[in-house]
Amino acid sequence: MSQVLVLAEHVGGTLSSGSAELLAAAAQLGDPVAVIVTAPGSGAALASQLGALGAVTVFVAEVADADSILITPQVAALQAAVAASGDVCAVILGNSLDSREAGARLAVRIDGAYQGDAVGIGSGAGGITVTQQAFGGAFTVTASAARGIPVISLRAHSIEGAAPAAAAKVVTLNLGADASATTAVTARHEQTSASERPSLQTADIVVSGGRGLGSKEKFVLVEQLADALGAAVGASRAAVDAGYVEHNMQVGQTGVTVSPNLYIAVGISGAIQHRAGMQSAKTIVAINKDADSPIFDVADFGVVGDLFTVVPQLIDAVNARKR
Amino acid sequence: MKIAVLVKEVPDTWGDRKIDPTTKRVVRTGEIVIDEINEKAVEVALLIKEAHPGSAVTVLTMGPASASDAIRKSLAMGADNGIHIIDDALAGSDAMQTSAAIAAALAPRGFDLVVAGNESTDGRSGAIPAMLAERLGFAQLTFMRTVQVTGDTVSGERLTDSGHLELSATLPCVVSVTEQIAEARFPNFKGIMAAKKKPVETLNASDLALPAADTGGANSWSVVDDVTARPARSGGTIIKDDGTAGTQLAEFLANAKLI
Ligand SMILES: Cc1cc2nc3c(=O)[nH]c(=O)nc-3n(C[C@H](O)[C@H](O)[C@H](O)COP(=O)(O)OP(=O)(O)OC[C@H]3O[C@@H](n4cnc5c(N)ncnc54)[C@H](O)[C@@H]3O)c2cc1C
Ligand SMILES: Nc1ncnc2c1ncn2[C@@H]1O[C@H](COP(=O)(O)O)[C@@H](O)[C@H]1O
Repeated sequence: MSQVLVLAEHVGGTLSSGSAELLAAAAQLGDPVAVIVTAPGSGAALASQLGALGAVTVFVAEVADADSILITPQVAALQAAVAASGDVCAVILGNSLDSREAGARLAVRIDGAYQGDAVGIGSGAGGITVTQQAFGGAFTVTASAARGIPVISLRAHSIEGAAPAAAAKVVTLNLGADASATTAVTARHEQTSASERPSLQTADIVVSGGRGLGSKEKFVLVEQLADALGAAVGASRAAVDAGYVEHNMQVGQTGVTVSPNLYIAVGISGAIQHRAGMQSAKTIVAINKDADSPIFDVADFGVVGDLFTVVPQLIDAVNARKR
Repeated sequence: MKIAVLVKEVPDTWGDRKIDPTTKRVVRTGEIVIDEINEKAVEVALLIKEAHPGSAVTVLTMGPASASDAIRKSLAMGADNGIHIIDDALAGSDAMQTSAAIAAALAPRGFDLVVAGNESTDGRSGAIPAMLAERLGFAQLTFMRTVQVTGDTVSGERLTDSGHLELSATLPCVVSVTEQIAEARFPNFKGIMAAKKKPVETLNASDLALPAADTGGANSWSVVDDVTARPARSGGTIIKDDGTAGTQLAEFLANAKLI
């Protein structure tokens, strides 16, 4: 069978939670093969973890300064793995910024077809197809590669199932000198995956707050509701611009696209650009004091009322049901 | 310093944006505007130019005739000259082809810095800047929320899914910016008048020596096979708070097995 390469991401030797899903997706199309770039001495342990997640082969590139160079070591490793594998029918990466951009560069290097932000993947008579969303899910697009190997970045939580565990064959990649101009990562300020709240991209429930919260201090109410529900916290652009939360929590056209089981919009008017990032959620709930807010057009359950009375009551009712 | 800024025209996000199921391309009959993120990219290019006397800003777009408005607006903001890649043979290009065409225009002109938006609001692939870095052999500082140029060093903060990174590289670089980076200036009357006299070079596929067998939708690497519009959401239950809405909402969530 043809091989499907997957770029495994990890932070300091802990695989990212998406690795299993990428290998599961690969197993649906061919033999799942992982590629990992890591610090010297840490490859073997990661390779056996990747085998347990289904990788039949793991290409390990041990690079001394792997953590302090942006993306280009991963591109070089993928390129070397494609060359070493011979028969590759697809490369699948996660949808983190690093993986997406590594995929884009790899496509150029191997003259492949870049297909970003896929929400589904399949194979038919015409080869491998991907499903993508356009305009915030208003349109569903299927696409395929007419030329070259498809290089696909897959949105988290797109594929069901898992690949059967394998005893991975480990192949060491010696990357040699890479001619690419490098970008140094001089410092990292990222939350570790140990953070209490689920991430916006993968959460089952998302609670987002808008300008209606009125201040950074009062935005805490959104966080309290999220914690009662075990949800991730999101925000509208107006809330981000007002400084209530960080930009990477923005949901919408120019923020994150989410499609959780449940999306709760608190004090958000539902401008078209906000809806573009959440309208494919399974169930949408809105709390807004203005009955004419466009968010109610997409809500399965809407409350016209003051969020400062409705939300505390909701939190109490949710907590009461847990007892 | 020679700075290029990449701008793209897109359907206005305030409008009803559509994809034609037959042509499988974005419908361009509605309001078409310069992408907001590209106005910010122009702003960043102008701020860098102002901090580095003797610099020049070239605005580049690839798109149909209407895209010249995006160039004019950027020139009115203060860019010095424009390049418009325009050729019907390039219509329907995918990211591989768009990046190849833009790289072919940039490479011979000796730019030190290329500034782009992080993601366009229509395609949202966010791939072009990384592809350009690869094709041009430049360092990439992408998805930046801050950026500074000091001597020949470019540095700043890259926004990530769970925080940010500090990056640094040596010119030449491709920089892409996120929407937090700056507020774009408004063109004033003087700028709008001056823009009319600024030179705009047009380039077609053969000027760029792009092989005919590699250009346009008919030869793209990635092809769209099918497009379907999602059915509109049907109306839900809307209640007015009578003092019990929070409790009723919890009941709704419990009945739907969401809590
Ligand atoms: C190119 C472009 C890209 C954009 N991208 C995004 C994006 O990615 N994400 C995004 O969100 N926006 C985006 N926007 C901005 C968007 O157009 C809106 O400006 C923004 O979504 C509004 O945020 P909001 O709903 O929080 O604020 P507002 O529109 O001000 O709404 C606040 C709401 O809170 C309600 N409210 C106030 N007080 C209370 C109370 N006590 N109780 C209950 N309700 C209350 C009000 O009735 C109002 O409906 C973009 C715009 C452009 C032009
Ligand atoms: N046709 C184009 N012409 C000029 N610049 C473009 C074009 N397409 C993409 N870009 C640039 O690349 C950025 C990211 O676009 P994309 O990769 O399509 O999401 C945009 O914000 C522009 O700066």
